[in-house]
Amino acid sequence: MAEAIADTRRLYTKPQNLNDAYGPPSNFLEIDVTNPETVGVGRNRFTTYEIKLKTNLPIFKLKESRVRRRYSDFEWLRGELERESKVVVPPLPGKALFRQLPFRGDDGIFDDSFIEERRQGLEQFLNKVAGHPLAQNERCLHMFLQDESVDKNYTPSKIRQA
Amino acid sequence: MSFFGFGQTAEIDIVLNDAETRKKVEHKTEDGKKDKYFLFYDGETVSGKVNVTLKTPGKRLEHYGIKIEFVGQIELYYDRGNHHEFVSLVKDLARPGELSQSQTFDFEFTHVEKPYESYTGQNVKLRYFLRATISRRLNDISKEMDIVVQTLCTYPEINSSIKMEVGIEDCLHIEFEYNKSKYHLRDVIVGKIYFLLVRIKIKHMEIDIIKRETTGTGPSVYHENDTIAKYEIMDGAPVRGESIPIRLFLAGYEMTPTMRDINKKFSVRYYLNLVLIDEEERRYFKQQEITLWRKGDIVRRSMSQQATIAAQRYEGSNPEPTSAQAKEETD
Repeated sequence: MAEAIADTRRLYTKPQNLNDAYGPPSNFLEIDVTNPETVGVGRNRFTTYEIKLKTNLPIFKLKESRVRRRYSDFEWLRGELERESKVVVPPLPGKALFRQLPFRGDDGIFDDSFIEERRQGLEQFLNKVAGHPLAQNERCLHMFLQDESVDKNYTPSKIRQA
Repeated sequence: MSFFGFGQTAEIDIVLNDAETRKKVEHKTEDGKKDKYFLFYDGETVSGKVNVTLKTPGKRLEHYGIKIEFVGQIELYYDRGNHHEFVSLVKDLARPGELSQSQTFDFEFTHVEKPYESYTGQNVKLRYFLRATISRRLNDISKEMDIVVQTLCTYPEINSSIKMEVGIEDCLHIEFEYNKSKYHLRDVIVGKIYFLLVRIKIKHMEIDIIKRETTGTGPSVYHENDTIAKYEIMDGAPVRGESIPIRLFLAGYEMTPTMRDINKKFSVRYYLNLVLIDEEERRYFKQQEITLWRKGDIVRRSMSQQATIAAQRYEGSNPEPTSAQAKEETD
């Protein structure tokens, strides 16, 4: 007998484990860029930002970490990722060279509103990058996020999960 | 000659014998408009009349022969000059001579083979048409009449489901399943996506139907992709163990049957593209080909016929159609 109406019943599915359904999701990754601090005096001043990471992804060695980084560290990270991985790396907030010129009415690159703008841009950048499955395989990203300091003479390599 | 108002010219009109009863269907023309054409199937006879009407009454029309052709051809847009004719039949209607008055000629192309379905695409067109021609010394008079051919199939004997596990190691593992690999044009795709591992932040998931028209051979193969449908099947972040159902009704979309290597000139294939999008707009996708086919219209049977068939299939059932029901069902 020819079918007049198609069979649209759902396919069989395994019932979900309640721990999986109500437990914490396996994709927890939170990165905050906070607490900008300007250190040094006069011409040798620079601003560092605190990078706080909380995660349950197995690829990160530490489930919680806190480090301080400056803008040039972010530039280094971006360069490393562009060269080592196939990721299309998002842009960083601007370098603001014009703000470093003398005779400005405001505080130049140490101006509060500029630092806040930059902080937001850096946070967006890190969240985009750290969540990328391919970027997560790069040693440079893990060193940037979780090691005490960035060793620019490191040997680039890929991270494999244990 | 007719240029200067001298000589005779004529109008040709082609009329099918079954024009009153034959079904017409809509078919897209090259410039995107939709027109209605008579529908034919493989093996059907094409018969009718060619009416030649003389424009200037009283004057005679000299000609070198009148004929009608049935042509099936493939036209590649980038190679307009060359038409590839895969069906070409001719019937002579009149030997060289002259017409003193308007005349009608009968023609019949018996049980014509029409191996492929009519198709108007982005870079290629396959069409069937009748062409009546009055050959003359300087310029021929001709008239074309397009028809549309559809190829029908019956339910495929083997129609296995598509089931596959895919993913990115340690980040995302899913198992997708579609209930069939061959769907007719008014079918429903019933499926599911089962999440085995979710370490990325998924925002939503959609399923797209992509049509790929391939023209050319060897080094000059050209693919034209067209997304026919985008259908969101999940909004939000799934976790491990979750199953998302898919129910996609194909009747709502304008599609053709799958055409593979038609006369070695072109193909039209369809793919289901499963797309997952994460919080940072990154897209993860898996494409899978499906076969589309055209089903003939359902044949309505009387109750007694249906009961007889049921009796043959199931042991012990009694075909007992009430006479009242049998009367109602006869078409």
